[in-house]
Amino acid sequence: MASSPLDNLAEQTAQLLATVAALANIEQLREEEPTITGKRSILSTLQKSLGVLAPEDRRDAGARLQEARRTVEAALEARRGELTSAARIRQLEVDRMDLGDVVVGAVRWPATVGHPSLVAVTQRELEDVFVAMGFTVSEGPEVESDWYNFEALNIPPAHPARGMWDTFYVELGEPETVVLRTHTSPTQIHLMESAVASNSLPIHAVMPGRCYRRDTPDARHLAAFHQVEGLVVDHGIAFSDLAGVIETFTRAYFGPDIESRLRPAFFPFTEPSAEFEVTCTICRGEGCRTCSQTGWIELGGCGMLDPAVFDAVGINGDEWSGFAFGFGIDRCAQMRHQIADMRALVENDTRFLRQFS
Amino acid sequence: MRIALSWLTEFVDLHESPEELRPVLDDLGLVVEDIEYVGAGLEDVVVARIDEIKSIKGADRVRLVVVDAGSGPVEIVCGATNFVLGNHVPMAPVGAVLPGGFEIATRSMRGVTSNGMLCSARELGLSDDHLGLMVLDAIIDPVVGTPLLAALDIVPDVVFDITVEGNRPDAWSVEGVARDLATRFGRTLRPPELAVPDDTPSSDTFAGASIDDPDLCGRLTISVLRNVKVGPSPEWVARRVRSAGMRPISNVVDASNLVMLELGQPTHPYDATHVGQRTLRARRARSGERLLTLDGIERELATAGRGLGDTGEDCVIVDGDDHVLGLAGIMGGAASEISSSTTDVLLEAAYFDPMTIARSSKRHGLRSEASNRFERGVDPHLALRAAARYVAVLRESVPDLVWMGSPLDVWGEVPTPPTVEIRHGDIERLLGVEISHDEAAEILRGLNFSVTTRGEDLVVVPSTARLDVRTGAAGRADVIEEIARLYGYRRLPRRTPTWPEPGALSGRQRLRRRLRDVVVDLGATEAWTPTLGSDAEFDLLHPGVERVRITNPLAAEESVMRATLLTGLVRAWGRNVERGTGDVVLAEIGVVFAHPSTTSTSRATKGGIGGSVVLQLPYENERATVVLGRPDDDASSAVALWTTIHDRLGLADVVVRSVDGGPKGMHPTRCAALVDRASQAVLGFVGEVDRELVDAVVTTPPARRLGVLDIDLDALADPERATRRGEVALVPSRYPSAAIDLALVAPDGVHAADLAHELAGASELVEDVALFDVYRGASLPEGTRSLAYNVRFSAPDRTLGESEVSATRDLLIARAHALGAFLR
Repeated sequence: MASSPLDNLAEQTAQLLATVAALANIEQLREEEPTITGKRSILSTLQKSLGVLAPEDRRDAGARLQEARRTVEAALEARRGELTSAARIRQLEVDRMDLGDVVVGAVRWPATVGHPSLVAVTQRELEDVFVAMGFTVSEGPEVESDWYNFEALNIPPAHPARGMWDTFYVELGEPETVVLRTHTSPTQIHLMESAVASNSLPIHAVMPGRCYRRDTPDARHLAAFHQVEGLVVDHGIAFSDLAGVIETFTRAYFGPDIESRLRPAFFPFTEPSAEFEVTCTICRGEGCRTCSQTGWIELGGCGMLDPAVFDAVGINGDEWSGFAFGFGIDRCAQMRHQIADMRALVENDTRFLRQFS
Repeated sequence: MRIALSWLTEFVDLHESPEELRPVLDDLGLVVEDIEYVGAGLEDVVVARIDEIKSIKGADRVRLVVVDAGSGPVEIVCGATNFVLGNHVPMAPVGAVLPGGFEIATRSMRGVTSNGMLCSARELGLSDDHLGLMVLDAIIDPVVGTPLLAALDIVPDVVFDITVEGNRPDAWSVEGVARDLATRFGRTLRPPELAVPDDTPSSDTFAGASIDDPDLCGRLTISVLRNVKVGPSPEWVARRVRSAGMRPISNVVDASNLVMLELGQPTHPYDATHVGQRTLRARRARSGERLLTLDGIERELATAGRGLGDTGEDCVIVDGDDHVLGLAGIMGGAASEISSSTTDVLLEAAYFDPMTIARSSKRHGLRSEASNRFERGVDPHLALRAAARYVAVLRESVPDLVWMGSPLDVWGEVPTPPTVEIRHGDIERLLGVEISHDEAAEILRGLNFSVTTRGEDLVVVPSTARLDVRTGAAGRADVIEEIARLYGYRRLPRRTPTWPEPGALSGRQRLRRRLRDVVVDLGATEAWTPTLGSDAEFDLLHPGVERVRITNPLAAEESVMRATLLTGLVRAWGRNVERGTGDVVLAEIGVVFAHPSTTSTSRATKGGIGGSVVLQLPYENERATVVLGRPDDDASSAVALWTTIHDRLGLADVVVRSVDGGPKGMHPTRCAALVDRASQAVLGFVGEVDRELVDAVVTTPPARRLGVLDIDLDALADPERATRRGEVALVPSRYPSAAIDLALVAPDGVHAADLAHELAGASELVEDVALFDVYRGASLPEGTRSLAYNVRFSAPDRTLGESEVSATRDLLIARAHALGAFLR
């Protein structure tokens, strides 16, 4: 029988495995890897020498060599895992530190100030205006049931009006029963329910928070966004009170030369409903591209609370009346700072973030 | 919805300009998104023939073209090349003003004079095509010298693009918009020309109609039309259909579309020869039934939908042999389509239950002009009026058309208009302004509402087109909204209400603001990282843990709700490192989510239809997480940050207590819990970011330690868990205090803060204990370190003597002994 290049393969493999087992640390492994499985290894040399074999023998020999290579590589990988984990354990021991021993006075601290997010800044300014107008501030969860996000707001299941909101559904309960809130309105329902339960009407509150719409992000929309809504439930509240509150807010937040106007709209949870527009802050009402030459920018929606909503939360509509309004916090920020592309808000580029204080 | 002004003026006199009408329409809640001026600026453009094309010396981008526009050769310089001799193209002569205000003048260049302009379709505002001149030979049979508008059959007009709100199906038509305008302006609404059925044997001698399921189909009318000749529509019909953005197809189909656009009633023409027994029947689809709709897709009917409240119901139209012909109110089937040989037409005009149409349309992903109208609610009484209009329109192109007498008219269940009482004072109570009942009644009558008076009250029955008007208190709001809308929202007064209750932030909100301020003041920049991430990202810190998942994510990478802010912040830091701006502290205050099956603090809430089910919702935990990524930052910086926050927030005593193997993502041997001494509650963690996490999310991380502080805001805002400093202020002694330093060798297990606490409690003379140095070294026993404290003593009523100080010092050393520490 003619001698084959693989005559000593078994011994050579065993030798390689022994080398692997003897590797003491991860640095040594990295250093020696080329001579174990890499280009400078005996396995690679053997691979090249297979060329001398007759074609019918070559396939069989190749398979044997592959098998040997797999064995060695598997051992090397296992060893790599052991050594990495040993190195990590060693490093963790070197690092070990009792954080109770930190002498705070000795910590060097650069004297540079940071920056709050534009959304936080804007939300705070809006809250401050409303607090000064006599509103409290309420918050609610981001994951809601369909009852709070839709049905209690007079949007029954499968009603086409649900199509007004592109909704993310959450995999909990029956299909479409749990959603990422599409507006902060569910917080209004929670607020009214608890006021009824604790007999603590009236309500004068604003509700800021993060909402979600299943909308591919572009320069004007993000799938996650922030909204602030207002809710007033009291005796003798009429549409003119709503218009007055919008007017007062607009001037307080945007400036005395900015006006507001209402125009009829449809929302299932208010009746009468209105969109409210404010003087375009870019052109001050002259007409420009931003406002499509109309001089007005659509800011949000509002209206008198629909009797169906009062029914859902158990408020007596003969005794109480109220209104609600809502608009985008991010949108206010975009208007004020003329941000061309909203996606800058989520890119966390500190060159963008550092402009706000 | 696109509505041509010329169409509106057939229904109501309008002498206002489009610009004057725009704010009126807006104020009626019919928001004008855009105004298109069809044919404007094209009045002077004529058809010209290319007679010669010459090159211009020294110019390689333009050529001199000689054209004839009916009055002899004209030389024009032209940059386009997409034409040949003999082609006809639009020419704007000198003096013409094109759309957009561009005025054509004589221009000279390189020794030649250009006496006009040859135009592309885009330059004429006719399409977006600007790849070359608009070559007319491809579209029409052009005649030299004809005005372009005449050649292309364009009649100058104005088209409003109007958005109609979901509660105004009545306004989704030319007549509906005209009715609002007529009422607002106090003008007369003119009805369109209608046909009457012919004097023939009654329709039931030829065809049949029936309703099996009256809850799905409220009315089914079938008009039998004979002697139909299918052909092109008259030009005015085609133009109207085009003005609304639809494509003219044939007189039979166009008339149907025109009636829908004009009156709001969708109709459907069937070829009678393809309707078994010439009978149409509306019924529930049965499981297993299929239909090939006109868009070429085979639909499986009556399959339960996935959506909440969707039972899988479909209403179908079948023929006398029970073959399914169409998905009622949504789309017809291919089998009974009108063809060029159709002579007998069965015209269906019906009312279908809006919710059934809405669910079917959503489930089949099939929206049509018809379904959009039916799902909002079409006037159930409109059907035969629409048929009469259809016949009047079709008869123009089919003079011999016969509309058989007594059209078939079967009724199921239709909503009855409610009777709404507007009591004296109701309008003022809701709107804040008194509108006289006379004025209110006039407005409502303009909208076809019936109004009678009963004493001081108005009794209102809305028009059958206004299915949005409800009963009771809700109906009152609906009717008063209509009064306000037509009266004009802008005329309503404004008053700012006041109330005795003060406005305020909650304690938690104030705490959050203070936390944000101190973190930012100390150098942190606030980030906004994604709430939704991938499974792989979630698995980095929570492998195998049940997660809150989105059913319909925009992308798989955005399908899981985050359980930590840390990963996102480290990633955001990494991005800044790539941009060369990585020497930053990043912070985020946000919510993380735990699947209800993984937490004892899930939230039970009402859900499901009618709120009848109790649902377990995720625990939403608000956290404030800070990643310190500046060059010298590490766990010590993070502890320093926490200490400052601790003092700024007025916490009593929270101990930084090292834990072995803290939360995943934190460095296992450089992590401490923030433990409230009184409540033993954990308020968060402090330490460094685990290098494994950094390597997993940052492409080329610098060799740098990342400090981290992760605060549980829910715990921090809870006074039971985060103990506040007492409110009673201590007035310091006016006598000088004495200070000593104590270097104590303490076993590693003894916490520096615990030892300080022990020392502080040893005597009431101790005013303050502050750690100022920690020393480890060979001179100390294995497993110990030296903790050096500065201790201050004072008494309220005297200066302490040396012996008293010395005695107290001994007392402290004895206390330290008890903990296993001894004086160095």
